[in-house]
Amino acid sequence: MSRRALPIFKNFISSGGGGGSTRSVTYMPRPGDGTPRPVTLIPGDGVGPLVTGAVEQVMEAMHAPVYFEKYDVHGDMKTVPPELIESIRKNKVCLKGGLKTPVGGGVSSLNVLLRKELDLYASLVHCFNLKGLPTRHQHVDIVVIRENTEGEYAGLEHEVVPGVVESLKVITKFCSERIAKYAFEYAYLNNRKKVTAVHKANIMKLADGLFLESCREIASKYPSIQYNEMIVDNCSMQLVSKPEQFDVMVTPNLYGNLVSNVAAGIAGGTGVMPGGNVGADHAIFEQGASAGNVGNEKLLEQKKANPVALLLSSAMMLRHLQFPSFADRLETAVKRVISEGKYRTKDLGGTSTTQEVVDAVIANLE
Amino acid sequence: MASQIVRRLARSRASGIFSSARPTFSDRSFSSTEGAESGLIRATLFPGDGIGPEIAGSVKQIFKVADCPIEWEEHFVGTEIDPRTQSFLTWESLESVRRNKVGLKGPMATPIGKGHRSLNLTLRKELNLYANVRPCYSLPGYKTKYDDVDLITIRENTEGEYSGLEHQVVRGVVESLKIITRQASLRVAEYAFYYAKAHGRQRVSAIHKANIMQKTDGLFLKCCREVAEKYPEITYEEVVIDNCCMMLVKNPALFDVLVMPNLYGDIISDLCAGLIGGLGLTPSCNIGEGGIALAEAVHGSAPDIAGKNLANPTALLLSSVTMLRHLELHDKADRIQDAVLKTIAEGKYRTGDLGGKSTTTEFTNAICDHL
Repeated sequence: MSRRALPIFKNFISSGGGGGSTRSVTYMPRPGDGTPRPVTLIPGDGVGPLVTGAVEQVMEAMHAPVYFEKYDVHGDMKTVPPELIESIRKNKVCLKGGLKTPVGGGVSSLNVLLRKELDLYASLVHCFNLKGLPTRHQHVDIVVIRENTEGEYAGLEHEVVPGVVESLKVITKFCSERIAKYAFEYAYLNNRKKVTAVHKANIMKLADGLFLESCREIASKYPSIQYNEMIVDNCSMQLVSKPEQFDVMVTPNLYGNLVSNVAAGIAGGTGVMPGGNVGADHAIFEQGASAGNVGNEKLLEQKKANPVALLLSSAMMLRHLQFPSFADRLETAVKRVISEGKYRTKDLGGTSTTQEVVDAVIANLE
Repeated sequence: MASQIVRRLARSRASGIFSSARPTFSDRSFSSTEGAESGLIRATLFPGDGIGPEIAGSVKQIFKVADCPIEWEEHFVGTEIDPRTQSFLTWESLESVRRNKVGLKGPMATPIGKGHRSLNLTLRKELNLYANVRPCYSLPGYKTKYDDVDLITIRENTEGEYSGLEHQVVRGVVESLKIITRQASLRVAEYAFYYAKAHGRQRVSAIHKANIMQKTDGLFLKCCREVAEKYPEITYEEVVIDNCCMMLVKNPALFDVLVMPNLYGDIISDLCAGLIGGLGLTPSCNIGEGGIALAEAVHGSAPDIAGKNLANPTALLLSSVTMLRHLELHDKADRIQDAVLKTIAEGKYRTGDLGGKSTTTEFTNAICDHL
């Protein structure tokens, strides 16, 4: 009983700001909406199982109407097991820990394979300043929407003669159009004011030129949303000096990878940024910008991985499944834990373990 | 034009008296001269357009006050296309750089039009400038959000994603080739490690995305590893590019020397320039085959403040310091660098872009006083 009283007390004491829970919507469910939805869960490698375990605990504590179907997949497998694909096709929603990609080996990344198989063409990372987390940059609220299927990561490489290797970067009008459409639709539905296209068309005139053309066409259909274009090196410079000028950014594959990591870095680190991959029919939610920490052994041993990113991504997932109040509760609890600053993992400057952060979040759930 | 020719003839005759025997060197040597002996070192100067001539004037003044044994050979961008080079840069200018082995370039505005190559592209291709070196360090006294930046980015400048080989396969599908060769990767890796050793740097990090682009960046990494074995005293590490971006914006003090292929280098070097305060303060130097070094200011020519004595010469000054270091004139380089940093740190004389109100001449004089 006292455990319940504590957060209520805190509510009275801390006023304004992030004090009370914010309701995003009062929604009228259809009969049967409350039946538990199955969600595919991929714990993954390295710190993956640790953070997905955290999500499972929190979901239990909230009694959220989701249940997880776990699949044991590792980064060094050659292909994605077919039962996993079946399950995602059936459930339409998946939550993923990290899959480690071996560097330089002959195995193509499983993350990329999954995306190609399910045609998850948009990768989303939402980078924002968290209250109570000190960073060098303020007023950051950037959503990076990155084309996920083609571009530089098409994986088409070959050795021409010994010592000379070629890699193909493929840009198609079809993919550029659909990512631009997704970006503008996202901006429209989420009350965002500006979309910035990031490119390097002064050097790669045909390839990025095609991308820009598609963006411009779609921009003309959304006259209420501001549109501008920025070259990628200028963009990275602006991100570190004046990040408040960016709102939604739409980019091809490689630049999106870099820009999302820079944006995540300036807003607090990849340990706290939610994100996911979305396609026409399916969605996989995971930690937003993964900077290769999946295989970090030290974090695994000391159980100090940061679960915040995956928790916030699972809140996005709850909204996607149309359970907004659970999403609100989860987000409020997480933000409160961060703003209080007592339980923070190493990458945020604290010394807590994953389990301590999870317990704090569960304690803060109302 | 005629006066230039007369001046050049006179100088070439005079140089016959002054020039010391320049030692011949193989393609693999990286420094232009082995220690500044007696005699002046000839350097080509391209003042450039817009604010170029003013800041070039500042550099010349400071070098004179600092007593640097540099003799400038000025070249200007022509007004018509030279058929031998297919651009506005004349053959003589390029020959002079090839002869002198060092140069300093101000900002050049590429005239819009067809039928000629861009000026930077011409320089790069003709002089075979394969590495772009940008030392990025926080300027004490000029506060940005990052105070402890001290790193050097070395970027491969000839191939990679910027080969310019694109074509449309069918309507709506475009392919662009990214080319990595063993030769170019080895060349830039060698320079990176040589630079690290020559400037007392502890660590070289190779930036790549070999988990996705396994063969291309894999080849780049293999070459870096080979060169790393020859320098056991320098720590070598490999960092994936997204990890690197994140670490750079969170904690730039983690990095020392970064070596990377063309595209990543472009983005990362501009990112680092943003960390220390923008392109107006960043020095840069291009290294070519045969020990050619062309230092340049990477900012634009700012035509709106041209001729008004408001330009900030810091970028060109720090680039000229890089040029001096390449020539192994370390004491002069240190003196000028200290003077510049001290002037900015004091804050009394700062040009408009740094938030002050001084003119170029006031700023230059303040630096001369500090020498």
